[in-house]
Amino acid sequence: MKRFALPLGIFLILLVFLGIGLRLKPQEIPSPFIGKPAPAFTLTLLHDAQKSFSPKDMLGKVWVLNVWASWCAPCRAELPALMALTKEAAIPIVGLNYTDTRSAGNKWLASFGNPYQLSAFDSDGKVGIDYGVYGVPETFVIDKSGFIRLKHAGPVTEDDIKDKFLPLLKELSGG
Amino acid sequence: MAKAPFRSLCTALLGLFCAALLLWTGSAHAGQGAPAAVNPALEQRVTQLAQELRCLVCQNQTIADSQAPLAVELKNQVREQLARGQSDQDVIDFMVQRYGDFILYRPPVKASTWLLWFGPFVLLALGLLTLLLKLRQKPAAPADSLTAAELAHAAALLAGESPPGEVAPAARSIPAITTVSNASTAATASTA
Repeated sequence: MKRFALPLGIFLILLVFLGIGLRLKPQEIPSPFIGKPAPAFTLTLLHDAQKSFSPKDMLGKVWVLNVWASWCAPCRAELPALMALTKEAAIPIVGLNYTDTRSAGNKWLASFGNPYQLSAFDSDGKVGIDYGVYGVPETFVIDKSGFIRLKHAGPVTEDDIKDKFLPLLKELSGG
Repeated sequence: MAKAPFRSLCTALLGLFCAALLLWTGSAHAGQGAPAAVNPALEQRVTQLAQELRCLVCQNQTIADSQAPLAVELKNQVREQLARGQSDQDVIDFMVQRYGDFILYRPPVKASTWLLWFGPFVLLALGLLTLLLKLRQKPAAPADSLTAAELAHAAALLAGESPPGEVAPAARSIPAITTVSNASTAATASTA
């Protein structure tokens, strides 16, 4: 019995490491932007090329920046959660339409629903790179003084809204 | 008579075909990943830097290897910035500022990565130490595990089985017992 103790122990340790490894989410790369000012940009609006949007316009408000594209299936999946967020928290969501075309983007919003106050049109993805976007959808929470407080990679679920977004948004709006 | 020229013509044609194939595949490879190959020196720097940067979509590839849209866009960024006259370090800082250390294919040595960098050497040292300790341990003498009574019994068997005059070969074949248990053999010898 005793001579099995060592291999068995090593096996159990490896098992623990395997368990930890399987739970890791390699897609979630820690963002260097948390607690830093949101990068500045000025982009035209998706639905109106004559008007433009800049994060400066939102100073004094807590808001959510959501990166999406018409070619992105998970973006469609997270739409109900974003709709729920606008209803429950009364927080403006600004879309960043990423490497898309105006016609495809507008058509997508018209057919699946539009949770966005407005969408900025980032056709070549340059602003996306400034925000460290590596996959769509990505969602940022930006506070009243224009600092990024949360970054969420991948589709937002109803649980994320309840556990991550609403508590933070409440805290930021109150303070 | 007409066979030899025909054969040489065939060889020549085959050679030409092979050369064309080589040229074609060669140029196809050169065309990949270098859409703006106007400046070979710049392109070389771009490739060198791209091999240091991780593709964030396909995480086990560098952006030099990857054809993911984001990797291509980042390569274009690298090219643009180098063309603008920025240094390699400027470009790397630009990327780290946006994507964090994760984008570096070679992680920087800092407190949080010490285990990563030095862990394997620690494991190697531990392994060597264990090996050394094991090697230096003296093998246990087999006679130690026998009790005095067992030794006496063995000696009695030896003495009993070997006819008088042939004690020597038996003693030769098991020298350990006879030497270790001098006293007990003497005792059994006296009883026998």
